[in-house]
Amino acid sequence: MSTDPGYDANGTLPLTRDGRAVSDRGGTVCVIGAGASGLAAVKNLLEHGFGVDCYERETGVGGAWNWRHDRSPVSAGTHLISSKPMSQYPDFPMPDAWPDYPAHGLVLSYLERYAEHFELKPHVWFGTEVVRVEPAGGDRWDVTTRSTGGCGSQRTSRYAAVVVANGHNWAPRMPAYEGQESYRGEIIHGSAYKEPNQVRGRKVLVVGGGNTGCDIAVEAATHAARCWHSTRRGYWYAPKYLMGRPTDQVNAGVLRWRLPLWLRQRLMHRVLRLVVGDLTRFGLPRPDHGVFQSHPIVNGQLLHHVGHGGIRPVPEVARFTRHSVILTDGRELDPDLVVMATGYEPRFEFLDPGLLDRDADGRPRLYLHTFPAAQPTLAVAGLVQPDSGVLPLAHWQSVAFARWLRLREAAPQRAARFRERVSGGARGRWKDATPTDSPRHWFEVSHDVYLRELQRALDDLKAVPA
Amino acid sequence: MSGGTRIIRSREWARPPAPVRREVRRALPAGDEGKPPLLFVPGFGSGAGAFAEHWLDHAAGRGFPAYAVSPRGHGLSAPGPGATLREYAHDVVQEAAALPRRAVLVGHGAGALVVAYGLARYPARAAVLVSPVLGGFGPLRAALARNPFGTVPALFGGPLRLSRRQLFSRELPEHLADEYADRRGRASARAQWQLLRHRPPEPAVGDPPVLVAGSPDDRVVPAKALTEAARRYGGAPLLFPGMGHELMLDARWREPIDAILDWLDKGSVL
Repeated sequence: MSTDPGYDANGTLPLTRDGRAVSDRGGTVCVIGAGASGLAAVKNLLEHGFGVDCYERETGVGGAWNWRHDRSPVSAGTHLISSKPMSQYPDFPMPDAWPDYPAHGLVLSYLERYAEHFELKPHVWFGTEVVRVEPAGGDRWDVTTRSTGGCGSQRTSRYAAVVVANGHNWAPRMPAYEGQESYRGEIIHGSAYKEPNQVRGRKVLVVGGGNTGCDIAVEAATHAARCWHSTRRGYWYAPKYLMGRPTDQVNAGVLRWRLPLWLRQRLMHRVLRLVVGDLTRFGLPRPDHGVFQSHPIVNGQLLHHVGHGGIRPVPEVARFTRHSVILTDGRELDPDLVVMATGYEPRFEFLDPGLLDRDADGRPRLYLHTFPAAQPTLAVAGLVQPDSGVLPLAHWQSVAFARWLRLREAAPQRAARFRERVSGGARGRWKDATPTDSPRHWFEVSHDVYLRELQRALDDLKAVPA
Repeated sequence: MSGGTRIIRSREWARPPAPVRREVRRALPAGDEGKPPLLFVPGFGSGAGAFAEHWLDHAAGRGFPAYAVSPRGHGLSAPGPGATLREYAHDVVQEAAALPRRAVLVGHGAGALVVAYGLARYPARAAVLVSPVLGGFGPLRAALARNPFGTVPALFGGPLRLSRRQLFSRELPEHLADEYADRRGRASARAQWQLLRHRPPEPAVGDPPVLVAGSPDDRVVPAKALTEAARRYGGAPLLFPGMGHELMLDARWREPIDAILDWLDKGSVL
């Protein structure tokens, strides 16, 4: 932390380190982003008595779930892959009348209703993007903003704390295969796939075995002239329903028994073998990892379409020629369109990388993927990929942060216990099995392991009896 | 209340309550005065209709959008055999979250216990517990002493039948008291049992102000229980001497609802 940067000539307005005037927002907390995680932060901070300024680069709430937003990855067919009880805010249930797995439009209306119900919109500055977040001394922060798109002047405000909720599903991760630049066909990222018209009547190659890749392959199976689906390795495909109940609810029932992981894995392997069966019969590779070891693929339709010939499973892409794609087994495909469903890269351009304790690979090392050890008044919300919905986790993250900010004033000794937890736990994984491809999946968590640790943190932060 | 907020909710994730059709009665003010919506929750055996008699219109007349919900198995809601407090609380929280703005929850009788459960799942703006039956053996002893024939069957899974002398003061005309008492249904046997033994409600989320109101002459809730309930939430009860258990139906129904609305108007609630 630097020393206080000082004041302007009249001694009234504080200045940033490079001498710009700052409007001091006192004890107000800044939230960056009004998506699902940002809204929860705004609501929970308000509930704990804080003033909140939330900056949102778009003109509406909902972040990634708002298909009108240019950074939104949703396509016409996007549905939740976790069922309602595992996907909703813990204190604002989705309506009983909704289906088990709501479509993205319902999720957006849910977020809009949440903002309406808790009167959050007056605290959000829409059409405003954050350019820089810098420490201002005394654990406070200077946040510089401007109108989205860069026109207009910048302004800087000083905040007591900052919650970064800018999302992690908007900066596409594009693979670079040999010969890809000179390929004459069309290559798009999965985030640019919006509706079946884009594939209608075309030969499509979908690259990537994640949930997005499988969803796009399933849509292409019914609309495209031909669909190849290229995956690097074998996966477990969980259907959306087991025994007529949403699969995650069945799994939550099993979790209640608190069985050891190996037993749960054996149980689940058994169930999947019974329900889904032998994948190699379909020409798919055998899974090279145990179930629960990587983010679950929830798709009951993929195998159906493989069986109907709508999807042809193929191995990994080796390289591109000018007019074709060569696979690792030497086969040559001639797609009109290649869809790279290869995921996203979290990005925080407005923050000095050092502030999030990033490691050599640029990955933040945060306690519970939320709290940086060296910055007590900074938190990242929603930077997790759980085997449930993100909303419940993001909710409790912001409750913990709000409680921490309160406790730090009220009972510094008790607050110290939490800080020890933060600095001791920065390297945790909160996952019950090590993922096979760990560098890429560094923020994947198991919701039960993660919430159990968050429960301990919240217990440390319990409000001081008045 | 005991312990802290529990965030591992395996039971709720694994077995969410089945959706049911719910009866909601409402009375809305002519214009939006910016006052929070009220959601009334009836006690066991009663329905939203009990509030539609007087309180909903009166609250709307004072500018509050007023709603009442019948938990499953009550009033005109779909049946809920085997329902527990968790399911009743689910019904209340579902309706609260469906309102346009953050709501005030008002629970009467055992509905106050349902509200206390609901407060752990929904950050209400405020809560009012009217003649609260928060369970335990005290109210059972009182009920056995006053109305053994109506109470004993409930111990064996039968309906709990409260007599009109337990429910209303003598000021209420007899034919009305009989009519109201005849309208009563029953809660599920499991929920009745839960009145005696249940996990204490988790702490309320969002730290809402809580008001307790009742009558010292209530023949269902002893005056001591009122004081205790109020102390649990850090206050003293608002008392309306001379009234029966059913404050919203008794002859002087206007006094308690006016006091509650005054508390909401004056308090830090708005």
